[in-house]
Amino acid sequence: MQKTNVHAPEGQPCIFITREFDLPVALLFKAHAQAQLLAQWMGTNVIKLENKKHGSFQFETEHNGNVVFSAHGTIHDVVENKKIVRTFEMHNSDVGVQLEYLDFEELGKEKSKLSIQINFKSMEHRAAQLKMPFAYGLNSAHQRLQEIGNQLK
Amino acid sequence: MIVRRDVFQALADPTRRAILLLLATQAMTAGAIASNFDSARPTISKHLQILNECGLLAQDQKGREIYYQTSAEKMKEVADFLEPFRQMWDNRFNKLEALMKQPKNK
Repeated sequence: MQKTNVHAPEGQPCIFITREFDLPVALLFKAHAQAQLLAQWMGTNVIKLENKKHGSFQFETEHNGNVVFSAHGTIHDVVENKKIVRTFEMHNSDVGVQLEYLDFEELGKEKSKLSIQINFKSMEHRAAQLKMPFAYGLNSAHQRLQEIGNQLK
Repeated sequence: MIVRRDVFQALADPTRRAILLLLATQAMTAGAIASNFDSARPTISKHLQILNECGLLAQDQKGREIYYQTSAEKMKEVADFLEPFRQMWDNRFNKLEALMKQPKNK
């Protein structure tokens, strides 16, 4: 059973991500609200995180002294244990600015659900985002896929 | 323990890619698939099992025979890059879950 589901509807420049956690909703929210926790599971340094209306955030990942990933955004709305609405922009990428709606839901005492809706500027920007994981060392797999994909067309 | 197969690991093998191509246009039994390769039948069965475990195949039982076909939906997810994106988030969320289960973070 897949725990994390991703849906990219045809013709709509958005992506839906859902995941159920064996965690109380308060802990799920906390993992998004505290810089030191967010840094650990996102695998990036959190330079700034003001989790409040009109707040902003900044992430940066270094590898051998070089910045290999940096992103920033502003936080539009936060309701504790319920939702976060924010923008997100990765620097030096073709993805552009995305608008993210994070909805936190209590499913039980030790169960919770996170639903994320990401809106992109266009279908092209969404496609750029979906190809991003390959920037992190999956290039050879990508080529094999292209190979198979091309033959299936 | 159930080991969830990595779809990209599954695609890394040339025989498995050849099986997927063979099954893209027609449903075939394991025997018919094996007859297209020089490998021993159990080797092909193992490949089919791996492809099946990562959802790349659809199975259809007809009488005593099982027919295999490429799962168009899963192949599309892979080709559209949805699967690596999903895996990236799945890894992150698995870390989040493990992290927040540590008593010090409660």
